[in-house]
Amino acid sequence: MKKRIVSLLVLATMTATMFAGCGGSDSATTEAPADSAATETADAEVAAELPADTGKVLNIQCWNDEFQSRLKSHYPGYEEVDATHGKIGDVEVVWTITPSTDNAYQNNLDEALLAQESAAADDKVDLFLVEADYALKYVDTDYAMALSDLGITDADLADQYKYTQSIVTDSNGKLKGSSWQACSAGLIYNREAAKEVLGTDDPDEVQAAVADWGKYNETAAKVAEAGYTMCSAYDTFRVYSNNVSGKWVQDNKVVIDKNIDKWIDDSKELVDAKAEDTDDLWGDDWAKGKNPEGKVFCYFGPAWFFNFCLNADDPASIAGQGGWGYCVGPQSYYWGGTWICAATGTDNANLVKDIILKMTTDKGILKDIAQQDADCVNSKTVLAELAADDSGNLDLLGGQNPYKQLAEGAEKVDLSNISAYDQGCNEELQKAIKNYFQGNATKEEALDMFKKAVVEKYPELTAE
Amino acid sequence: MNKKSKVVSYNKWGYIFLIPFTVIFLIFQLVPLATTIYNSFFENYRSGLTQIGPNFVGLQNYGTIITNGDLPTYFYNTMVMWLMGFIPQILLSLLLGAWFTDPSLRLKCQTFFKTVIYLPNLIMASAFAMLFFTLFSDSGPINSMLMQIGVFKEAYQFMSHVWTVRTLVATMNCLMWFGNTTILLMAGMLGIDPSLFEAAQVDGATSTQIFYKITLPLLRPILIFVMITSLIGGLQMFDVPQILTNGTGDPMRSSMTLIMYLNKHLFSKNYGLAGALSVFLFVITGILSLIVFKFTNSDKVK
Repeated sequence: MKKRIVSLLVLATMTATMFAGCGGSDSATTEAPADSAATETADAEVAAELPADTGKVLNIQCWNDEFQSRLKSHYPGYEEVDATHGKIGDVEVVWTITPSTDNAYQNNLDEALLAQESAAADDKVDLFLVEADYALKYVDTDYAMALSDLGITDADLADQYKYTQSIVTDSNGKLKGSSWQACSAGLIYNREAAKEVLGTDDPDEVQAAVADWGKYNETAAKVAEAGYTMCSAYDTFRVYSNNVSGKWVQDNKVVIDKNIDKWIDDSKELVDAKAEDTDDLWGDDWAKGKNPEGKVFCYFGPAWFFNFCLNADDPASIAGQGGWGYCVGPQSYYWGGTWICAATGTDNANLVKDIILKMTTDKGILKDIAQQDADCVNSKTVLAELAADDSGNLDLLGGQNPYKQLAEGAEKVDLSNISAYDQGCNEELQKAIKNYFQGNATKEEALDMFKKAVVEKYPELTAE
Repeated sequence: MNKKSKVVSYNKWGYIFLIPFTVIFLIFQLVPLATTIYNSFFENYRSGLTQIGPNFVGLQNYGTIITNGDLPTYFYNTMVMWLMGFIPQILLSLLLGAWFTDPSLRLKCQTFFKTVIYLPNLIMASAFAMLFFTLFSDSGPINSMLMQIGVFKEAYQFMSHVWTVRTLVATMNCLMWFGNTTILLMAGMLGIDPSLFEAAQVDGATSTQIFYKITLPLLRPILIFVMITSLIGGLQMFDVPQILTNGTGDPMRSSMTLIMYLNKHLFSKNYGLAGALSVFLFVITGILSLIVFKFTNSDKVK
């Protein structure tokens, strides 16, 4: 009997932990109360004059609480009710937060938008957020409203950076979203390592040593000699892929751009020379360079990266000791950012318009966001102000003010070659080419593997 | 007329008790099976937010799967990883089962050990795979241990060599399932009439002889059951390699199983191609189960 009790206990604990692992999925699906006195305004053709708001519920689809917290602290009149509910005036704000992991956010948003027409007025999506990698999937459809239809003019958006607009411009040239962030990114270098390898940690001189890919590769060779790793080959991918000369998909055919090809060749050489490694982004192996003993020369990233991803709270990390420096790097690029889109069929058009205008163009609010939340904001004027005084100096960058470089980078980012297939193509290319980097396949075999994976994801495309 | 009321018929209870199974089978197995086959004749997927199809395309999906030549590769991968896990698993289970059921050994703490060997099966496969992924990563504990005792000079990349990845998958499957198999085999062994063992001992048979001449032959029905269920489970291998390789089946898809390949069509909600692939899987599973069944039953026919 005793034995049985023991084993039952063991089993019970095991099962309990198992179920503990199963529970607590982050997705919070919310249902709006169904008291609808609202009249349908769905199909009304809206020009500059918007119909009066009839909706009692503002539905917002997003993947984390970032926008929620921005709205909470910066939008006048927003009151928080609980984690997924808020109030603006007498309109109830309902947040549907679905994490992006495993494409869950997009799957959920797809279903919500496809059901938009038949949904009850209080269930219709009013606002949704997108990331750049898949923005066109939504923007280039009628499910997203053109900002001009909301009565937002080019003059309102004149202070924004051009690239943040090209990401959300559809194939007819209509702008359909707006962002409060301008995530231009650059090279974040380990000052200690720069002194050892290059003899200086001055941002301008380090920039000179990595000003183009030729110089970058020379520096990488020196870095490897000194016993450091430059970075992961995957750190540089976005830099190359943002500077392509054509779209990933042309006439339904996958095209490998020459800059992508250059990334493969350059990286293979550096990986073979042990100047770069092939660690996946965000993994433990990749993250080891955040501490001095990881012996990593640099990371590539924007403002949110050095502010939030370098463990500045940990005194043993390089960031904790103020040991990073920032320069633009070989080519300008951007990484991340959240765009706000208005969903067609919204019954709160005026409120949606006001949220977009206040959150992405109001200079006072944007400056607050930059100073409170360390976002690099989408306003040329505000960034210029921050670059001009000392309030932009950052401890983790050894007191350097990065806003000059960030603003300079944001001007140069050119995203005319973005396509709706970018997310799938970028992901699959990086996965497939790892086989080539690690010597398990020739370049041709790895590229064939990539083409195969892309066609699996997008059956309408051809790759040969 | 009166006669009937005196005889109580219990037959109807048999049918009544069968209802739950039949209903569940119809709703959750037969209907999906039929719709899968039906779907396989259509072009039906989603491109971004645009639904394409369903358009009837006949056998085109089947043609696509046969001509792109991926199916044999993934079938081979699946079978290799299944065999690498199943062979040690069945040997281990037979040995443990024989020990546990042998009264002359008088093993202590049997209940404890039986529970412990079953425990790995209670951990979610994905959690188990995550654990192994962390253990065997380039800067993980296994690598640092091996480097400290001087086996390797620099970290061995377990995840980028064909056979280490396959071995890891096989090891995990073996660890997760050997307890389950042991329990099944023990049940089979305890069902053998003890007088047969006693008679053999009286006749002077060694324990090896008893194992091969009495235990194994009489265990055949249970062995067939174990083999077929494990084979079907093996063909459906998914979670462990999926999590371990982050869905890529790398290096060069050498650890991609059939179901992982099926899962690749989920992204575009490609019901047509996925349906055709599932039909192939259904046929393969059927044929293999038949082979195992015939092969292990051949003696009786003679």
